[in-house]
Amino acid sequence: MNDLADGYVTADGRQIGPVVMEMKNITLRFGGVEAIKDISFDIRQGEIRAIIGPNGAGKSSMLNVISGFYVPQDGEVWYQGRRRAPMKPYEVAQQGIARTFQNIALFEGMSVLDNVMTGRLTNMKTGMFWQSIWKGKAEREETENREVAEKIIDFLEIQAIRKTPVSRLSYGLKKRVELARALAAEPSILLLDEPMAGMNVEEKEDMSRFILDVNDEFGTTIALIEHDMGVVMDLSDRVVVMDYGKKIGDGTPHEVRNNQDVIDAYLGVAHD
Amino acid sequence: MPEQLAFALEVTANGLMAGVLYALVALGFVLIYKASGIFNYAQGVMALFAALTLAGIIDGQVPFSHLINAVFGTDVHYFGWNAPAFLAILLTMVVMIGLAYAVQRLVFRHLVGQEPIILFMATIGLAYFLEGVGDLMWGSDIKSIDVGLPQGINTWIDDTTFNSLGYGFFIDNLDIVASIIAALLVIILVMFAQYTKQGRAMRAVADDHQAALSVGVSLNFIWILVWSLAGFVALVAGIMWGTKSGVQFSLSLIALKALPVLMLGGFTSIPGAIVGGLIIGVGEKLFEFLIGAPFLGGATENWFAYMLALIFLVFRPQGLFGEKIIERV
Amino acid sequence: MFYREAGDFSTSYPEDSQTFPIKFDRYRYYLVLFTAIVIIPFFINDYWVNSLFLPFLIYAIAAIGLNILVGYCGQVSLGTGGFMAVGAYACYKLMTSFPDVSMVILVLLSGLITALVGVIFGLPSLRIKGFYLAVATLAAQFFLVWLFNRVPWFYNYSASGQISAPERTFFGIEISGPNTQAWATYLFCLMFVIASAYVARNLTRGSMGRKWMAIRDMDIAAEIIGVNPLRAKLTAFAVSSFFIGISGALFFAIYLGAVEVGEVFGIQKSFLVLFMIIIGGLGSIFGSFAGAAFLVLLPVALKIVGVDWLGWPTDIVAHLQLVIVGGLIIVFLIAEPHGLAQLWRVAKEKLRLWPFPH
Repeated sequence: MNDLADGYVTADGRQIGPVVMEMKNITLRFGGVEAIKDISFDIRQGEIRAIIGPNGAGKSSMLNVISGFYVPQDGEVWYQGRRRAPMKPYEVAQQGIARTFQNIALFEGMSVLDNVMTGRLTNMKTGMFWQSIWKGKAEREETENREVAEKIIDFLEIQAIRKTPVSRLSYGLKKRVELARALAAEPSILLLDEPMAGMNVEEKEDMSRFILDVNDEFGTTIALIEHDMGVVMDLSDRVVVMDYGKKIGDGTPHEVRNNQDVIDAYLGVAHD
Repeated sequence: MPEQLAFALEVTANGLMAGVLYALVALGFVLIYKASGIFNYAQGVMALFAALTLAGIIDGQVPFSHLINAVFGTDVHYFGWNAPAFLAILLTMVVMIGLAYAVQRLVFRHLVGQEPIILFMATIGLAYFLEGVGDLMWGSDIKSIDVGLPQGINTWIDDTTFNSLGYGFFIDNLDIVASIIAALLVIILVMFAQYTKQGRAMRAVADDHQAALSVGVSLNFIWILVWSLAGFVALVAGIMWGTKSGVQFSLSLIALKALPVLMLGGFTSIPGAIVGGLIIGVGEKLFEFLIGAPFLGGATENWFAYMLALIFLVFRPQGLFGEKIIERV
Repeated sequence: MFYREAGDFSTSYPEDSQTFPIKFDRYRYYLVLFTAIVIIPFFINDYWVNSLFLPFLIYAIAAIGLNILVGYCGQVSLGTGGFMAVGAYACYKLMTSFPDVSMVILVLLSGLITALVGVIFGLPSLRIKGFYLAVATLAAQFFLVWLFNRVPWFYNYSASGQISAPERTFFGIEISGPNTQAWATYLFCLMFVIASAYVARNLTRGSMGRKWMAIRDMDIAAEIIGVNPLRAKLTAFAVSSFFIGISGALFFAIYLGAVEVGEVFGIQKSFLVLFMIIIGGLGSIFGSFAGAAFLVLLPVALKIVGVDWLGWPTDIVAHLQLVIVGGLIIVFLIAEPHGLAQLWRVAKEKLRLWPFPH
């Protein structure tokens, strides 16, 4: 793998840019338990970075640190070349970081379309006064954002269910809607927490295709947590391996797969 | 002893006793909340209903007499007997257990798994329903209860404090008896919860319904048990307050008083209910005495407890002893 | 058969997101509006206005307000009575201090003042959630009632502690005081109802509404995807209190004329409006109307049936009312937690296919 600071081109022609996000010596504690112990790694613009490890390794917590939900006791998060000051999760979202959740966090009282539109909320700025009249500014903004949302809905092939309340959808469809919501924000960095969990082979192939398409078409940087080794090997450019809160591997899928520590901790178990 | 300080001490003593009663009422809430996650707004109305039933049985009233007379044109009112207090209390307890069973079967069994706010609103509906039924059964005029509890100023305390402090404390015998009974009840309930098999089952249900089911605990039985206990607590509270101020609608407003107690103490904590009750009891009487009456025009007891609890909650949302709420994504 | 939807489709996003996308619904809505604005004023009399129409219209506004806070944003409030009192007393002070300013402006100002008070009492919602918040709003309820009872400035130092609305006119016609005409008070309140429903509908269908609903459904996820919970919750309190304040002002000035705060705006009022939105349907503007209509009609209907027809004494009927309302709350919570609005929606779905079963 080339070490050029400004980026490189992959074997299949994708453009990977410079480092866009960096975790420096992150330590996260809950009471007496250390969930993350002094972990550092970086994420490059346009790449697909996988975070893997056994259950309880601290992967979701790491994602929560990136989205600003957990504040690490030690360490720094660097975004776009600058140290990120402690900020609220919604401010992190406004900076262009979107995510999906391990246990689906859709808004069950709303339809698919409304959920996807909530992804556009960071972009919709019309004031209360205009919204209360609706006609004019507010309706125009709504229509513009609806067009973006519909583009995403087309992309993920969920047009038929756009008015369905999400509470009625199957697990696989809910995951897709959650991805749509995250994409609707047109993020620079997309965090996916176990996007394939609970899916059968077909659904996984669909989801993998979507992830690759997102990265290819929109150039979105993707960090994903995943357990399925096949998926990780096929999709990701680089992999970080965590175990018991520590980093035990960092490199291309090939390098990581041959790392003895990783094999000992994790890869001894056969996956489908 | 300077007069103001003596007054303040008297107010504090009365506040402590009011606090014990609040604690007792709050306990009824904690029991149900611990076992089922329901905050029973109807607890106050249950106390009213219990007191009404007790008064009705003692006086030998015919239940629903007013309604029967209106519908059938009859003129019945009393059976003609006067039941002894002890028997009446037992019979009322039977009614309360029946009520617990009905409430469990008809209402809350169908609401398993709903959010707390829905359950709370169901108990508000229950409160209205029960109030109406209570009025229809026994009539809404004020009744008095006399189960033989001592009342009137405690002369021993009055004399002793007058001799030692120069000012005689006015402390009602009834308040003393109520405090003792309430304290006893609290101790019994705590021991029940901690040391008996049913108490343990109750705590298991409070922690995790599914897990309790999987070790063979019958949810329905526990819930009926818990509601019956709450009914018993309601009955005791009803007797105390009823003897003191008569059985009337305002009795049902005790529920509203218990809320700040629970907010302070934490909804799931029995010691919290006790400590919270005492703090609120003393706090609101002292506040009224020191600041309310002289500077704010009085009657601050209506809202002081709530304000205190509110301020407290902002800094410590789980109350003094409640479990810290950790939210995960 | 009623719903002929063939050929009735949208060709643009604005068309798709309108309130009544189906033609049949839209025409029905226009008919209702026409009846309300043009036809009813001719047939209305003092009795109907005071026992049915005014309370219905005014509670509808309060229900819309509370529904925004509870149904759309998920913040439970038991302080509605207290906030209505703020609206009423603000209106009173404004009416007595500015006798020449139009009533419309005064009512709107009362709403704004209530919105401000609502924001202040809504601040705890940032730390306290769900059920605890409901209890915290009780602090607002009890404190406000006490305030208007004990601080004489609020009732202009009158000896009785009551406040009475002075005579006011709107375009030369009496709408408050002893000499009002039924159709005038009716139309005045109707005006506010239509405007409130319009504004509420627009706010709830746009990005503000989505922010509220996101907070209601999963506030942590909402914050992570970019919703500022502070602003969302406080605007919910503000908008909700605005409507509730308006309804309080109208309740005092137009409907009752004179008010004693403990009797009229106590906790029973808070429960009443809460029951309206539960029975009517949480998170639904139509539901607010349905619930208000239901709970205004019910005591009137019961009285007619119980006292006039069956000859029962009024106190029994009053007790029965408690039993029925309480029982209905429980039944709705168990069987149809989305209230009458959901029943209506299901009925319409069936009507779309009628007379065919599927």
